[in-house]
Amino acid sequence: MSVPLTLLGLLERQPSHGYDLKRDYDTYFGRGKSLPFGQVYSTLARLTRDGKVVMDELAPGDGPDRKRYVITEAGATEVDAWLAEPVQAEPHLQTVLFAKVVLSLMLDRGAKSYLDAQRHAHLQRMRELTEIKRSGELVDGLLADHGLFHLEADLRWIDLTAARLEQLRAQVRR
Amino acid sequence: MSAALRASGVELSFGATPALRGADLTIATGEIVAVMGPSGSGKSTLLHCLAGILVPDAGQILVDGQRIDTLSETRRSELRRDRFGFVFQFGQLVPELTAAENVALPLLLGGVRRKPALQQAREWFDRLGLEGLHGRRSGELSGGQAQRVALARALVGGPQVLFADEPTGALDSITGEQVMELLVSLARDRGTTVVLVTHEARVAAYADREVIVRDGRVTSFDTQEAAA
Repeated sequence: MSVPLTLLGLLERQPSHGYDLKRDYDTYFGRGKSLPFGQVYSTLARLTRDGKVVMDELAPGDGPDRKRYVITEAGATEVDAWLAEPVQAEPHLQTVLFAKVVLSLMLDRGAKSYLDAQRHAHLQRMRELTEIKRSGELVDGLLADHGLFHLEADLRWIDLTAARLEQLRAQVRR
Repeated sequence: MSAALRASGVELSFGATPALRGADLTIATGEIVAVMGPSGSGKSTLLHCLAGILVPDAGQILVDGQRIDTLSETRRSELRRDRFGFVFQFGQLVPELTAAENVALPLLLGGVRRKPALQQAREWFDRLGLEGLHGRRSGELSGGQAQRVALARALVGGPQVLFADEPTGALDSITGEQVMELLVSLARDRGTTVVLVTHEARVAAYADREVIVRDGRVTSFDTQEAAA
């Protein structure tokens, strides 16, 4: 998740104070991990320095929340480009899961029991996400779905690898 | 927590092919357990043994502490009718009967008179979002509707244990999710024990825990089973 681009996107919706940006970020994108105020204001300072954001008007009083931030043309262009660009489809072939399986086989450790434990951990997380789907709002449910589909893909790889462990063992222990 | 079901050292072969080779599994009352494993691993065979459909060659099956593998076919049939509910992949509704008659079937077979049985069956239609469909036959229902009717039929008699074998296998993911949501909600409300055979992780994630059947044996990861 790119915090600067997400904040820029929120600013394209409407000019906002830092506090409002943090609240909206936490509501839609934080998912239990709140964005620190310090990071909000340091990001806004960098965006201002880079000409992607300007300060609109200063309300009476002191402090950072008196400042309202407005996206510039350059900032809006960057948001446009970011939203149109697909995220790189990573092959995931060098993930930690793969490394653990191969090393387990190389070192004659329990690759099968590792995969069983990993499957169990994945399913446990899927249970938690399913519970979020069942009890949460649509936004929470869709985010949980995203996590569920990724975990499911991992699980399919785990099952396939478990079925081919002997072949893989023969290759990595040559 | 007491054990609703227990398989102990269960072995079963089909001809020369062993399907179960010493399967052990304990399921607590009210628990929802997903039985997973590769195709041909023996997970459906295990479900059929737990449900008294198949009789193991060796080992024991206990329901509420009572052995059922030694019962006659007639007694096991009564047990299935009175204490178990079943949902399969393709619903398996009786095509000649209306949806309401399908739901009422376990009650009719259990000796309930036709009128109160149908009345009781119809009460399930609103609960499952099937308003106005009680008069339809299975050919006039969508896959999701048919599976919800099958779920109502499985639960109408208030079973202690619900056996579900790939209950969403023939459904798209959203419809499958709706069926699982209903299945789990209804089972939780009633304290029904559920044995859920599935190869889909997203379906298994509705269960309290999963066990893996591999080469006719059961691998479990939670300590709950050991404590039961």
